[in-house]
Amino acid sequence: MMNFWLFIPEFALTALAFSVIGIDLFLPKEKKIYLPWFSLFGLLGILAMSLAYLSGKEEILYGGLFLIDDFSIFFMGFFLILGVIVILISTEYVNKHLKHPGEYYGILIFSILAMILMSASGELLTAYISLELLSFGLYVLVAHGRYGEKSTEAGIKYILLGALASALLLYGISQIYGLLGTTKFSDIHLAFVTESVSSLDMGIVIGIAMIIAGLAFKIAAVPFHMWAPDVYEGAPTPITAYLAVGSKAAAFALMMRIFSNGFISIIDDWQMIIIVLAALTMTLGNLVAIAQSNMKRLLAYSSIGHVGYLLMGIVAMTPLAFDGIILHLIGYGLTNMACFLCVIMLYNATGRDDIEGYAGLADRSPFLAMSLSVALFSLAGFPFFAGFTTKFYLFTAVANEGLLWLVSLAILNSLISLYYYLMVIKQMYMVNPDDKTTLIFSRVNRYVLGGLVIAICLVGVYPGPLVELVQSASQSIFSYVP
Amino acid sequence: MDSYLLISLIGIPFVGAILVAFLPRDRHLEIKGLSTAVVLLTLVLSIYPFLKYDTDLGGYQFIREFAWLDSLGITLSMGVDGISAPMIFLTGIVSFAAVLISWNIEQRAKDFFVLFLLLVAGVYGVFVSLDLFFFFFFYELAVLPMYLLIGVWGSSSDFITFIRNKEYGALKLMLYLVAGSVLVWVALLAVYVEADMGTFSLLSLESAEFSESFQRIYFPIFMVGFGILAGLWPFHTWSPDGHVAAPTSVSMLHAGVLMKLGAYGIIRIGIDLLPQGAEYWMPLLLILGTINVLYGAISALAQKDLKYVIGYSSVSHMGYVFMGFATLNTTGMGGAVLQMFSHGIMTALFFALVGVIYDRTHVRDIGVLEGLAKRMGFTASFFAIAGLASLGLPGLSGFIAEVLVFMGTFQDYPIFGVLGIIGAAITAVYMLRLLGKVFFGPISENWKALPDAKPVEKFSMGILVVFLLLVGLYPKPWMDLINSGVTPLLERVVGL
Repeated sequence: MMNFWLFIPEFALTALAFSVIGIDLFLPKEKKIYLPWFSLFGLLGILAMSLAYLSGKEEILYGGLFLIDDFSIFFMGFFLILGVIVILISTEYVNKHLKHPGEYYGILIFSILAMILMSASGELLTAYISLELLSFGLYVLVAHGRYGEKSTEAGIKYILLGALASALLLYGISQIYGLLGTTKFSDIHLAFVTESVSSLDMGIVIGIAMIIAGLAFKIAAVPFHMWAPDVYEGAPTPITAYLAVGSKAAAFALMMRIFSNGFISIIDDWQMIIIVLAALTMTLGNLVAIAQSNMKRLLAYSSIGHVGYLLMGIVAMTPLAFDGIILHLIGYGLTNMACFLCVIMLYNATGRDDIEGYAGLADRSPFLAMSLSVALFSLAGFPFFAGFTTKFYLFTAVANEGLLWLVSLAILNSLISLYYYLMVIKQMYMVNPDDKTTLIFSRVNRYVLGGLVIAICLVGVYPGPLVELVQSASQSIFSYVP
Repeated sequence: MDSYLLISLIGIPFVGAILVAFLPRDRHLEIKGLSTAVVLLTLVLSIYPFLKYDTDLGGYQFIREFAWLDSLGITLSMGVDGISAPMIFLTGIVSFAAVLISWNIEQRAKDFFVLFLLLVAGVYGVFVSLDLFFFFFFYELAVLPMYLLIGVWGSSSDFITFIRNKEYGALKLMLYLVAGSVLVWVALLAVYVEADMGTFSLLSLESAEFSESFQRIYFPIFMVGFGILAGLWPFHTWSPDGHVAAPTSVSMLHAGVLMKLGAYGIIRIGIDLLPQGAEYWMPLLLILGTINVLYGAISALAQKDLKYVIGYSSVSHMGYVFMGFATLNTTGMGGAVLQMFSHGIMTALFFALVGVIYDRTHVRDIGVLEGLAKRMGFTASFFAIAGLASLGLPGLSGFIAEVLVFMGTFQDYPIFGVLGIIGAAITAVYMLRLLGKVFFGPISENWKALPDAKPVEKFSMGILVVFLLLVGLYPKPWMDLINSGVTPLLERVVGL
């Protein structure tokens, strides 16, 4: 008998999302500032409940549609905390620049639910449906600043290219299903191991390639990255942050599951595709970032570069490399959240997000300049900050699998990335601003930014406890493979 | 005391940086006082391993390990041997002298001292680490603050024909140094994977048997990677530009101590882990080191900017360190390590002096500065001592170090020994010419009202001068220590 109670967190999230949208209908306009706090405490409640209730549980639900294990519980925590942070950094931005907060927060919660389902899915179609739920939520959120030209443009681009990606993914899934007669990861693995299909069957390779292409769209890997800079630039900035961290983490969680549980035995057939993707992604992302003059576009390309690093972990396909991926997702996530929060705070205060708008920030707000420098140095991979430690872990794990040349390319790319991060730091510290007024920020944003900076340093110098959690997650995912 | 000594060398400046960061922005006196106290405390602690290291026992002492990350085999392990003990002491002396010199910083003083203390923590970290991960961690940490320190508080060179702004110097330095650490990082991972012991601990990796072909491929990567920071020709070009652009105290620390990190990396990791590779590539290092000496000295001859002379002279002097390494005998290697110490003190003194002069005159053009000794007697006499140490006058530290390097070189490569001595002769030419022109001789009208160095500056430079004389007159404690560290290292190379 299946234990449906294990699904309580998901049901609770759905209820929370509906009630946020519902309450919004009845709230008078001036009371709507309480909606984010309602959502926030809802998420925190669900987080506390699910961690207490689920921890250590291991079960397969609906005959393999969903898998409850350390991996999915870990990512549930990851996405709920991410949701909390995104709501916190949204409050002021939404009040100032957007309308309809109820829909904003409601859809945000739906998309968190979708990400949790993605990381827990044990079968291709469930994964696809969860991915679509996420994508639809994001289409709406990206276009939420719908009276601005850029946001609308971003929304249209995202929905068109996103639909294309979904089509590719679906086509890949149907190929696999057509040839193997199953969509469950474990059965796919079994089919490869036992006999039935020769691994060189063209149809299988095409199917896997299509799945990789579809997912590559979602994580914005080169050459499927074209949408990212435009969408990142046009979307409301908290949503950009959410896109950069959340949807990528979810897609990587799904990739880790699919490739380790389903396709691991024919790794030789698809490894090369991902190696090429990884090499192209990190190199192109970092090189093009140099030419950017808008901070959000710069961060978009920088995050493309980071996707390249993360893809190396998929290539390596060991528990240690998966530790590396998850850790780097955390390090990159915290750091990017801090970066985007700085972008949001400056935008709220001055209405600018071009890099020249950062001129003289060290005089106008030392705290913001210091925090952004910490975040940028962390992205560049300097020690003391999360970016260094997590990157080092990931790179070591990948190098261990005989991919030192690929890691060398990644390390070289870190050097390239340093150049454009330094350009931003130069603006903040070495250029005199036209406007010298001191900037004032909301208290929530300041506290969250301070917390993020502390977290970045903490992960950077004392990652031990975190690594233990991550290890149990990545080991549980490998337990399905005999 | 012993077991927490090394961690506190890193911890105290680091905690100091945090404390300074929480002081109010406009309380300059408290900020500077606290920073000075912190650095003074680490100076006192840094003397301890220098005095208490047991040379008869040898090996690593004051060892202490903290678990950090089991899954990759990373431990925060620290220890000191005969090579690192003088380097730690050097860091203590130079950072204290530098913090005193930076009392005149007024612009954004808080940010400056926070970054400065982080830099000091990073430098100590490299010298005490016995784990490759943490070695690299602190190595990068020491590079990190440089961009801001130079870009914000530095100064630009502004001649009619030659303009180098400080942002240029800062960016060039940063990109070069990180390019060096890219190579180091790759080689570290290669060592980790090849050893297949699942550990980054230097002590364990020493027992790994690396094949000869592996050593031959990866030793030059370490050599160039670390060499960039040490100013190895032809990757030295960041060094004059960066040091000239940097504010005085940062030049002192960077040229005095940070460049030694690179040289230290070559022996501590390169030669120690890959001895056969070292043996194979040493002739190349000897050639490059000799070019360093000659090229640096000849370039120094041609400079118009006082600080560029010092910048190129330190490129030239680092050449002796490489030459000494390349001899692979106790005399030459011991001389090289002593040269690291001696040059650290000497170049810090030079940069402090140039800073004092620039502070008063706002000029660094040798053509304009004339006869300063009349007004700045104290500065002039210190400059003379540093200059004489630099050209290798007996009785000063530079002499002993260079003679040892030359003796070591003559054992196997007499031609290079001669070239090295020619380098010293060129040094004498530009140093004496500089001294004659800038300090002695008729004073020009512009400088009739120049004040001499302030007491705090005199004190700071005085400490450095004392050590120049001390090492020059009584080098025994240094040489005993250094030889106890160099001998086992060479046994690894030659014994194989």
